[in-house]
Amino acid sequence: MSVLVFLEQSGGKFHRMSWEALAAASELGGTVYGVTIGEAGEAASKPMAALHTIADPLLAGYSADGFTSALEQLIRAKQPRFVVFPHTYQVRDFGPKLATRFGRVFLSDAVKLGPDGVTRQLFQGKLNAGFTFPSEGPIFVSVQAGAYRGDALPAGSPAVEPFAVSIEASVIRAKSEEPFRESARAVDLTAAEIIVSVGRGIKEKENIPMVEELAAALGGELAASRPICDNGWLPMERQVGSSGQTVAPKVYIAIGISGAIQHQVGMKGSKAIVAINKDADAPIFEIADYGIVGDLFEVVPALTEAVKKAKGG
Amino acid sequence: MKILVALKQVPSRDSVLRLDGEGAWIDGGDLSYEINEPDAYALEAGLQLKEQHGGETVVLCAGPEGAAAAVREALAKGADRAIHIEQDNIERLDTLALSSLLAAAAKTESPDLILTGLQSDDMGSGQTGVVMAELLGLPHGTIIMAIEKLDGAIRVKRELEDGWFQHVTLPLPAVLTIQSGINKLRYATLMGIKKAKTKELRVVTAEELGGTPASQSACTRVFLPSRSKQTQILEGDARTAAEALAGKLKYEVRVI
Repeated sequence: MSVLVFLEQSGGKFHRMSWEALAAASELGGTVYGVTIGEAGEAASKPMAALHTIADPLLAGYSADGFTSALEQLIRAKQPRFVVFPHTYQVRDFGPKLATRFGRVFLSDAVKLGPDGVTRQLFQGKLNAGFTFPSEGPIFVSVQAGAYRGDALPAGSPAVEPFAVSIEASVIRAKSEEPFRESARAVDLTAAEIIVSVGRGIKEKENIPMVEELAAALGGELAASRPICDNGWLPMERQVGSSGQTVAPKVYIAIGISGAIQHQVGMKGSKAIVAINKDADAPIFEIADYGIVGDLFEVVPALTEAVKKAKGG
Repeated sequence: MKILVALKQVPSRDSVLRLDGEGAWIDGGDLSYEINEPDAYALEAGLQLKEQHGGETVVLCAGPEGAAAAVREALAKGADRAIHIEQDNIERLDTLALSSLLAAAAKTESPDLILTGLQSDDMGSGQTGVVMAELLGLPHGTIIMAIEKLDGAIRVKRELEDGWFQHVTLPLPAVLTIQSGINKLRYATLMGIKKAKTKELRVVTAEELGGTPASQSACTRVFLPSRSKQTQILEGDARTAAEALAGKLKYEVRVI
């Protein structure tokens, strides 16, 4: 049985989640092969039986149509039992399309792979659920960020095998422009040792200063989950999560943040995590070292006072 | 421009979820429901495009009889008409089966643009729009933050990871999955609610759409996640808990 792992890269730089997908693929108990669109690069020293590289001028920039066509050709030729992806934004864009082309369901964002199926999170991480694999291959699965460790893989020396594809220019319907960033980031949250982060539970913009005072008392940086920045209550550059910054401070204090996976991937590497939330079942408590279940409008001012007192004492 | 908005009804975000007796699904008894949040942004985008460029906004929803509440809310906000695929236990359908039903209904409408949220708050698979696009043979764009109508095409702003964006131009018809926060949601007005009652709400069954496709993957059990860390919960009133936490920050985490 063979397992094909898609290793995402951008101009030679591999997405770290590619190695996590590779680690997850070994749980399936087959012979693991890799595929990347671009040069072998760092992937040439990872543990795989072989690495297929695909190069074509039409694949120089990403497109769902181009990548789907190229991988469809490889999968039809090699007929793997499983195709495993990192659940990146790029894979979210073409993975389900590729699976549909084979008439197969795409099991997305799995947190655990097993011999018979996957575990996925439901309801924004409040519950987990087991899902069976389809009885017929190829079986398409993507792996959630951080679900497996990609930094502890043994070294390998796969045979690098270029795979020739034929793609018609007319297949690619989207015309993509160069990626860009909105503005230079004035705030580098990654350098902060203490981060005080605020979420939906704060309810109104007028309540943000309360959290700001706590951050000031601690000498930390203020950050937020996505909805806060979407509402314009804090600038986008203070957003932590999959679409914002990834941080790992000494302590991350999550205030009124439920802890949806999109937020967790940006902060779960913090040395210590504190959660203050009124909902004892909020997913943030699953990864918190310290927690207060209570009304943040009472707890936060009290904590600011207590911090000031502790600093003075 | 004819715009089709696919939306889903999901349990409200602050729902307290309980497992049913068998651990097969959640106990839906006393839950309240709402339009899936990213889908609400897709609806708003559809309404704004219609207001700017003319045409029609049609809502498409698959779900049980009770999901009609979400459909009526969308009509009250300004959608012109709606199609409700009445189907119980849609959580038992895998993403391909559910998307196939939606695509079959969408096909009868031949819209210029199909919009849906980038993911649902309940199942969170994040693929309905992309699968629909492939089934219908249409190009798609995901995680969309802005839409600009061109002649026979649209130019959209895609969100990439880590603060990056990209503009992409797609020929119409096309499918877009919309990111939360792309616009400001409107509320239904009293007038809107009144008008909604006169709007067309067509109920169709899976059989009329060619039957429910067999699911390839089944949910076998639902369970509470195990905690990856031992959380020290600091008890007491706000002041007591806050002081205990300050002590931890000082003597255990050592950041004070």
